Amino acid sequence: MPKARLIDTSKCTACRGCQVACKQWNELPAEETKQLGTYENPPHLSGNTWIKVEFRERPGEWLFRAHTCMHCVDASCEKVCPTGAISHQGEVVLIDQKQCIGCGYCVLACPYNVPHRDEITGTARKCTFCIDRIGNGLEPACAKTCPPGAIKFGERADLIAMAEQRVQTLISDYGYPNANVYGADELGGLHTIYVLTERPSALGLPETPEVATSTVLAQWLSGVVTAGVLAALPFWLLFKRKKQIEAEQKSKVEGGVR
Amino acid sequence: MELSRRGFLKLGAAATAGIVIFEPLGLKRALAAPPKGFSVSKRVGEKTTICPYDASGCGFVVAADNGQVINIEGDPDHPINRGTACSKGASLRQLAADNPRRLGKVLYRAPGGSEWQEKSWDWALDQIARKIKTTRDASWRERDDDGYVVNRTEAVASVGGASLDNEECHLLVKMLRSLGLVYVEHQARI
Amino acid sequence: MTNHWNDIANSDCMLAIGSNPAENHPAAFGHITEAKERGAKLISVDPRFTRTSAKADIYCPLRSGTDVAFIGGVIKYVLDDMEANPTNYNMTYVTEYTNAPYLVDPDFRGPADLDGLFSGYDADNRSYDKSSWSYQLDEQGIPKRDMSLQDPNCVFQHLKKQYARYTPEVASSITGAPVATFLEVCQTFAATGKAGKSGTIMYAMGATQHTNGTQMIRSYAILQLLLANIGVAGGGINAMRGESNVQGSTDHCLLFHILPGYLKTPINKDETLAQYLERVTPKSNDPKSANWWQNTPKYMVSLLKAWYGDSATASNEFGYGYLPKNSGNYSWISLFEAMYDGVIKGLMCWGQNPAVCGPNVNKERKALENLDWLVAVDLWETETAAFWKRPGANPADINTEVFLLPAVASFEKEGSVTNSGRWSQWRYKCADPPGEAMPDLDIINQLMVKIRELYDGDATAPHRDAILNLTWDYGSHVDPHQVAKEINGYDLTTGKLMASFGKLKDDGTTSSGNWLYCASYTEDGNMAARRDLTPGPFNIGLYPKWAWCWPVNRRIIYNRASVDLNGNPWDSEHPVIAWDGGGWIGDVPDGGWPPMAVDPENTKYPFIMKAEGHAHVFGPGLVDGPFPEHYEPWESPVENMLSGTQNDPAFKIWAGPMDYKGTPDKYPIVCTTYRVVEHWQAGQMTRNMPWNVELMPEMFVELSEELAAEKGIVNGGRLVVETARGQVEAVAMVTGRFKPFQINGRKIHQVGMPWHWGYTGLSTGDSANLLTPHVGDANTMIPEFKAFLCDVKKA
Repeated sequence: MPKARLIDTSKCTACRGCQVACKQWNELPAEETKQLGTYENPPHLSGNTWIKVEFRERPGEWLFRAHTCMHCVDASCEKVCPTGAISHQGEVVLIDQKQCIGCGYCVLACPYNVPHRDEITGTARKCTFCIDRIGNGLEPACAKTCPPGAIKFGERADLIAMAEQRVQTLISDYGYPNANVYGADELGGLHTIYVLTERPSALGLPETPEVATSTVLAQWLSGVVTAGVLAALPFWLLFKRKKQIEAEQKSKVEGGVR
Repeated sequence: MELSRRGFLKLGAAATAGIVIFEPLGLKRALAAPPKGFSVSKRVGEKTTICPYDASGCGFVVAADNGQVINIEGDPDHPINRGTACSKGASLRQLAADNPRRLGKVLYRAPGGSEWQEKSWDWALDQIARKIKTTRDASWRERDDDGYVVNRTEAVASVGGASLDNEECHLLVKMLRSLGLVYVEHQARI
Repeated sequence: MTNHWNDIANSDCMLAIGSNPAENHPAAFGHITEAKERGAKLISVDPRFTRTSAKADIYCPLRSGTDVAFIGGVIKYVLDDMEANPTNYNMTYVTEYTNAPYLVDPDFRGPADLDGLFSGYDADNRSYDKSSWSYQLDEQGIPKRDMSLQDPNCVFQHLKKQYARYTPEVASSITGAPVATFLEVCQTFAATGKAGKSGTIMYAMGATQHTNGTQMIRSYAILQLLLANIGVAGGGINAMRGESNVQGSTDHCLLFHILPGYLKTPINKDETLAQYLERVTPKSNDPKSANWWQNTPKYMVSLLKAWYGDSATASNEFGYGYLPKNSGNYSWISLFEAMYDGVIKGLMCWGQNPAVCGPNVNKERKALENLDWLVAVDLWETETAAFWKRPGANPADINTEVFLLPAVASFEKEGSVTNSGRWSQWRYKCADPPGEAMPDLDIINQLMVKIRELYDGDATAPHRDAILNLTWDYGSHVDPHQVAKEINGYDLTTGKLMASFGKLKDDGTTSSGNWLYCASYTEDGNMAARRDLTPGPFNIGLYPKWAWCWPVNRRIIYNRASVDLNGNPWDSEHPVIAWDGGGWIGDVPDGGWPPMAVDPENTKYPFIMKAEGHAHVFGPGLVDGPFPEHYEPWESPVENMLSGTQNDPAFKIWAGPMDYKGTPDKYPIVCTTYRVVEHWQAGQMTRNMPWNVELMPEMFVELSEELAAEKGIVNGGRLVVETARGQVEAVAMVTGRFKPFQINGRKIHQVGMPWHWGYTGLSTGDSANLLTPHVGDANTMIPEFKAFLCDVKKA
């Protein structure tokens, strides 16, 4: 039975334990950020930030939603990946860092703006669902750490049932007429399911996400990249990738705090 | 009680890629077979500690190799936080000794000096002991302005202690009061 | 906390006032969420819409510093509703367990009669003659009671008179809380007054850090007593404390006015141990009052035995003469005023950072320059340790010698810490510290060994016996278990560890470094290290075998108020204790005496720490009044609407250099300070952690859209906040979560900012305390960090 993660926005207090716990387990460095007039930081997901809480203010409300990889069944990133670096490992959509050439197709294709290319590694990176943890009987770091229990990990079917029940309660008892479950059916079914207190668009999610295909992506790119560049790109990136791996190994030897 | 003595289940043959899984009372977790090629990247933790931040008293587990921290996360057995951690608790890993901002040497700044100098413990504690004695003795008040016997110094003060262990607080208050200090304050006031 | 963290899950209604648990006590939110899933309500009362407010069922704004007006209004609502709907309240609790029926001296007068003052005020000395704040006594010397609560001199009637003026309109006009929202709070929280229902008040520094902060908390206590919420599961007044061992370090009394176990510090007039004990030991003539503090002599003598061992004998008053005696107030502000004045020459800082956390910190930083020497024990180069190179200072002009000693982190040493719920929990050495860093336990020990050597060699040194006769036998590296046992104490006749404080004696045959911790480390082992998750009796999450809790592992204090006169729990769903005919079952009861109606001869009243045995609705112990009365903060934009007494009449006003007071003509905006979840206190820990700095990288100030528009300030731009004492420049966070208040028909703005920043560390910024005043609470001297006046402008 597939596992999934349930993020209940009605319970999230935006303590952002998930952001740090993810970095702690996955050994991701801090980003340099600025105070831009919001509690939200870093400004977006990146090669080193795989989950982040988005803050939205409305009159009398402060909405929080942890944003991370949805681990879609119909995963656009997987479909457009030219090297086969992105694959499903069970329910988990994983980018194999050794195969990734950093072409950035997945970055453009993802309807949720999840994968990001990392400048240091030259590869696309994103949430791995803590595959090493969940494959060994542990919860993903984000779900494990969540103090109010807004992020839960478990059997997907159970979580969807729990989410549906929670939405009913939110509508009937808490005055959230727009509460809804997100992810049960989208893109063939997501493995990050949400309980949303508002319509998806009010919380930064596409109401009807679409699967990108290579064709779709080629159409997107046609306006900006010539076919010739497109054809040459992977080879150039493979070469660059090799140099970057060498540089990365060198920096590891030199050490430094994360 | 330390986790290693409670029969926590050690998995993984290689020391660096092992994993410690909890066996909480009444909640024995079944271990799924890891998907091929995805062994856990580090151990979760062997010993327990309590968070140094707010007074919730959340439990944490720490994994260390040769004394160096490799992982810190919430103690799933702990009844207060049940394995969870906020953004401060979750970052405890960066409090460890490999944070280059941590102090590892006694530092001294001379009068009018513009820099720190590294010193030995023995030198520094010797100097501090002498200064405490000199200041205390010179300022000693056997009687106050009303003529009452008070036996105190008002020239030496101590602040802090809310991040110390109970045992440390006990020794500290015992030392300070025996020296005759009355200016004894800490975080509870502010 | 009267209760503890897990117990929040048992609550029917949680009132967060003067606190922001989502940000400052995130672990609490697991239990709050659990309670909410059972249908409990969360109320957030705060000047600013916080991350707690975002999860609350009701958010009610109030202007900083007006809690007494707010809660006074709730008390009036409850008193009125009690009359209209008495069955909705637990009147047995109010009459039998509190001092509501006590008859007060007929000469007593309150603010309703005396324009905001109580009888006995001496304006010249800003203090009260409290002789009229006393009870009428019967011929046995026991307070007289009118169980009908009708006598005009009874506490209950005085209470009604006191709060009759606090109508919803008045409360709203003072606090800025909209009347409708205020009434919703009243109705929701008052619903917990029914027997069997529980409500908890969760407060923190938002309540304590005012010139009348103690009275704010008193107002919470009175409300909770009227609602029968003290002693029950899911109830209580719960101080959510801010440092991992601020509870334990307070229990061990690193404060000028108390000695370990909350024994009062001797003062000059306590010339002998007998005189001291006579002054500090409360007395009761009522055989039904346990008056637990009558045991003070046992605890004091046992403390002296723990400190002075064989040198503490009956013939030398157990070493009482070794103790320093106070002649005044030595609290934080006094301390820094004395340092500024050149009285204090040497300062030791143990993991505290006054250069960021102190009020009016420009003055406190300046005061540090007057020190001959400063010892800072810390993990980092703090602002305090580096004060001599702070912005604007010339190191060459500062002659202070500074010793910065590297301590070890929490998981690099072994010992116990006590959380807000009074749980003492053992933690282990899990990793090595950097370089030569040492545990504070060893630093203190090695320093004291050197000091003792110096005194051993100087026969002319004053009062050196106090140092040399101290028991100090910890070797070169201190074993924390040895100290933990010393804290617990010994039966000195057998050499065995004491089983509990009930057996401590005042004849020198027992020792205990802290009577409250007696039973924490017994012949059965280290109780704080227990990890047995048995949920415990009645399944209310007491976890009696997890760690250990003072006193005597009692998880909910005053729990004998959770039952009726026959010992049956008010709340059958969440009983704390119950009388089973022969004894109590459940939590460790507040004394094993039988219930009041079961055995009237041998029973005791439930509030055993009060001399009379009843909880204080009327609290004559405080310096500024037996009932909380609304006063404005020291700096306020408005006049007191309730009386001609503008400020709390009994706090100390400092008038030294740099003790500036701002006026509303120049500084019309209310300012407050607070914390965010991503950083901790003075910031020395988290501003050195890259992950925390990533989340909250820079100092910021929150202000309303309306104020920003008036001042031309844009979100993300920079602004300057100025008070009479200093300036802070920071990033502006313009938000709808701050709204201007309507105060008595006037628009009053409020801004707020975190106080985590300073000039050292990975992330630096201006300290909020550059703005705060050097003035403190009338009873505790806790500084008024939470309400003062400022102006803001675009940077």
